[in-house]
Amino acid sequence: MSIPTTTTHTARARSPVEASSSLWRQSIRQLSKNKLAVSGFIFIIFMFLICFIGPLFSPYADNKINPAMMHKPPSMKHWLGTDLLGRDVLTRLLQAGRISLTVGLASMALSMTIGTILGIISGYYRGIVDQIIMRTADLLFTIPGLPILFIMGALMSEWKVPTDYRLYLVMLMLSIIGWPGVARLVRSQMLSLREREYMQAAVVLGLRDRRKLFHHLLPNVFPLLIVIATLSIGGAILSESVLSFFGLGVMPPTPTWGNMIDAANNVIDFEKRPWLWIPPGLAIFLTVIAINLFGDGLRDVLDPKQKK
Amino acid sequence: MRTYLLRRCLYMIMILLGASMLIFFLYSLTPGDYVDNNMNLSEQRKAELREIHGLDRPIIERYINWMANIFKGDFGYSLAQQRSVIDLFQDYIWNSFLLAVVATFFTWFFAVVIGVLTAYKQYSLFDTLVMIGIFAAMSIPSFFIGLFLIKVFAVDLKLLPPGGMITTGSRAVGWEYIKDVLHHMLLPVAVMVMLGVGSLTRYFRSNMLDVIKQDYVRTARAKGLKERSVLFRHALKNAMLPAITLVGFELPGLFGGSIIIEKIFNWPGIGQLYMQSFTVRDYPLLMGFTMFIAILTVIGTLISDILYHTSDPRVRL
Repeated sequence: MSIPTTTTHTARARSPVEASSSLWRQSIRQLSKNKLAVSGFIFIIFMFLICFIGPLFSPYADNKINPAMMHKPPSMKHWLGTDLLGRDVLTRLLQAGRISLTVGLASMALSMTIGTILGIISGYYRGIVDQIIMRTADLLFTIPGLPILFIMGALMSEWKVPTDYRLYLVMLMLSIIGWPGVARLVRSQMLSLREREYMQAAVVLGLRDRRKLFHHLLPNVFPLLIVIATLSIGGAILSESVLSFFGLGVMPPTPTWGNMIDAANNVIDFEKRPWLWIPPGLAIFLTVIAINLFGDGLRDVLDPKQKK
Repeated sequence: MRTYLLRRCLYMIMILLGASMLIFFLYSLTPGDYVDNNMNLSEQRKAELREIHGLDRPIIERYINWMANIFKGDFGYSLAQQRSVIDLFQDYIWNSFLLAVVATFFTWFFAVVIGVLTAYKQYSLFDTLVMIGIFAAMSIPSFFIGLFLIKVFAVDLKLLPPGGMITTGSRAVGWEYIKDVLHHMLLPVAVMVMLGVGSLTRYFRSNMLDVIKQDYVRTARAKGLKERSVLFRHALKNAMLPAITLVGFELPGLFGGSIIIEKIFNWPGIGQLYMQSFTVRDYPLLMGFTMFIAILTVIGTLISDILYHTSDPRVRL
């Protein structure tokens, strides 16, 4: 009779909430020692704040067309100069940041959700469901991503999708490309997790599948998911910028960092007015570096097997 | 081994069939083709052209025809350029290959050397600086860095040509021609190396870190070998082994060109051809290109698997 008593005893001593919160706290403490990751994180927060709050304080936030102020180089009045319609480039840069960051976050969230659900299902049930899901993922891996994104962008143009909606479709497109990677990773984790003792216990207890999947398996892939999610935001921002640069993603007048660099496609703007396209390029570059540094720091803490 | 290969090949064909279906229907879903968009044609001529190229047939029949031709090695006929897609590929592919092969060589070279050195001096200042550099390289938007370098080196400093493969109007032959091409290659290759070297360096660094801890490295040092020969001959050989699987994955990059780089640097490669055809919606070429890359990817994966299995006898098929 002594064995069951000890198990309940230890179970009570380490209640799940307490254990997980201390694990998280431990991870945060470890992460805060990584200077690169911390500076990355601070930069990301700074970028978000300045993009979402900054335009509120700008006198040019209404984007009024001002023919008298066309193509002015940076000055005290317009820190980053003005564009071909006399709009303030700095204000537009920040407004573009809102869109680019939102697209990055949203398409990440979407591909993570699809990828995780499909990955869990296919790793847990295996058999025919697994076959269907994983072969679809293989298929999407085989087809080159860029041409597919391009043709989907062209499809939107041919169907005359209103520019406001293109934004959402771009998010969807990016997640169609993004989910197979997530699904593969989650599935491979699942295959090993489902054989663990606690899952046998869950089976013996007669838990429902939904409970097993989402209350017992999902929390155990969560650390890994956070890492992939962080790193994939950077990728999504880059892909969006490529698409918009080629005029197939989000279209003006909605500004994004990618379609602002589009100014470089014009020879005169490219050679004589670098203030139009260099700032958005640097913004993408710095934001993505910050995200990658932070994501890598997270990986060291949450996924120690990968640590090198 | 034979049954494994047979199974793999069968699976490959299945995947390619699936891919071809997806590609074909995605492209033919897009309304407006080259005939539609051409303003100079009369309605009657348009109808004629559609009949000649089979565009008026039901979509399933068109797919089956297309697929059957690909099996025969015929990727279709470009409407915009009035030549067969395969011929066009042959004209452009070697330009892409030249760029890619040089860039790949330098990418691997730098990645191996830097990877070994950073692993040897783990946590040193050099290692930290390289790590930051790697993150920077992995975060650059390729089109932006291309534009930026053109602006600096071609427009402002006038040191290098802004794009193309040879100087416009140049009729140089022999040595002069090679020099001209090399001059034009410098920037695109630099950008491609920059983009690729980050993740590969990380890969070699972490492989090296594993190997350096092994007993045979200690033995080599105990024998009194020079550090250089311990690192580059004893350790590197084993650190390189897993990298052999990456060779196959380079295949689509070597022959498939790079859409963004070739477009930015106006390099007459297959990616540039794709972008040109994209603006006029020349679907046979676009579909052919996408399918071509898909085939390369599948073959590359197969090569990787085979190399992996043959290089490491512990892996059973």
